Amino acid sequence: MTDATALYDVPGPLTRRRHLLYGVLSTAVLAGIVAWLLYLLFSTGQFTYTKWMPFEYTGIQELLLRGLGNTLKAFALAAVFSLALGGLLAAGRLSDHRGVRWAATAVVEFFRAMPVLVMIFFIFVALKAQPLVALVAGLTLYNGSVLAEVFRSGVAAVERGQREAAFALGMRKTQVMTHVLVPQAVRAMLPAIISQLVVALKDTSLGYLITYEEFLHAGKLIASNLDYDLPFIPVVMVISPIYIGMCMLLSWFAGWVSRRERHSPKTEAVAVAEAGPGALLPGGEPPTAPRP
Amino acid sequence: MNVLTENWSVFWEGFLGTVELTVFASLLALALGFLMASFRVAPVGSLRVFGTAWVTVLRNTPLTLLFFAVLLGLPRFGLVLPFKLFAVLALGCYTSAFICEALRSGINTVPRGQGEAARSLGMSFGQVLSVVVLPQAFRSVIPPVGSTLIALAKNSAIAGAFSVTELLGTYRTISELGYNIVWTFVWIAVGYLIVTLAISALFNFLERTWGVAR
Repeated sequence: MTDATALYDVPGPLTRRRHLLYGVLSTAVLAGIVAWLLYLLFSTGQFTYTKWMPFEYTGIQELLLRGLGNTLKAFALAAVFSLALGGLLAAGRLSDHRGVRWAATAVVEFFRAMPVLVMIFFIFVALKAQPLVALVAGLTLYNGSVLAEVFRSGVAAVERGQREAAFALGMRKTQVMTHVLVPQAVRAMLPAIISQLVVALKDTSLGYLITYEEFLHAGKLIASNLDYDLPFIPVVMVISPIYIGMCMLLSWFAGWVSRRERHSPKTEAVAVAEAGPGALLPGGEPPTAPRP
Repeated sequence: MNVLTENWSVFWEGFLGTVELTVFASLLALALGFLMASFRVAPVGSLRVFGTAWVTVLRNTPLTLLFFAVLLGLPRFGLVLPFKLFAVLALGCYTSAFICEALRSGINTVPRGQGEAARSLGMSFGQVLSVVVLPQAFRSVIPPVGSTLIALAKNSAIAGAFSVTELLGTYRTISELGYNIVWTFVWIAVGYLIVTLAISALFNFLERTWGVAR
């Protein structure tokens, strides 16, 4: 692993002065860009009272909150259904029966290769579904297929010895799966699963395109109101921090889980089951060894 | 079948639109992603902060919101460009964040000793990156960059909903003419499959030619 520090020497006094100069110059350029943007915002009159007035009305605030609620509802439904579908498809791909395996593989590969928006539009336009149904179904099919691959690779990543030992104890294949492989796989795959849920949360905004009354749709309603002088930029400035903040929170949670997993003695014991020459006890890895 | 043959010109125009969007947005994303990745490993603090902020914000932005802000927001600044150019900008900037992360993790796969050896030969930061580290990183980033570009091709469908000529948008024209909507979507799906399979074939070829032999 190459740290950033391996790419250049520890700077001497001359280089440090040069880097400081670069830093000051690039900060000045960035500040210039920000100032230009602010100038544009002010000169096109984005901070006038009329444009920001709508956010003071409780009706508008309720409209935004309802939109946010609809976004979260679509996300919750899509998350639950895609986890279920992912589990089902992963079970199909790991099946001992060839027909089931092929069918599950075909479904997973097809829905992973399709743009999620094409599926949503197909369900919305061709099957004439409600917007919420179309959005949730489209997201479920896509994220379920991706999650199936995540689950499958997670189960495949559990060491072979675990599976063999479980079979040797006389467990049936369903027992091996539910009692031995899946619990270990889920723990290792949790960060990847949460990252995929971030994708699902981001993609709920596609509901805007099929007139599902979600957060962006509520923003659009306010933005196209002539009474407030078309407050488009203010709406974007209110909506995007909330949207980005929600996604960042979930991403951060994924990162936190993955960091916690890396230090957890439970997963460490799983990863270090191979007995090397120095390991006297299970999990007896030298404490200094770097982990990937 | 007659849905395809009788509307060939509409489909073809949409298909070309998708290809065009994908190619230009990929070029922009690769250039910007490379720039941001070099910012993120640079010795200058403010560039590092800027690169990190760029990646963190764009990775967590819903693409629809970005399209909404760019295609409908920038004209309010008096910045009026063709919608296609706006779509390329939005797609390219969004994807550049993912390209940057792929490149950066590629740089991380190059063994530490390579950079150290290059430095001990007296190479500068620019030389270490361009002569030693990046050529080796390039070999291991081919698969992740490929899958990012496939995602870009799929995301270009969103541009169609913002009235850019594009494959998904063709369904409106064709269904107004009264053709079978299910078959229209089947052919749209085939079009997207062609684009994504072409990209994955290209990257398989690159991987075979230059990829790391493991």
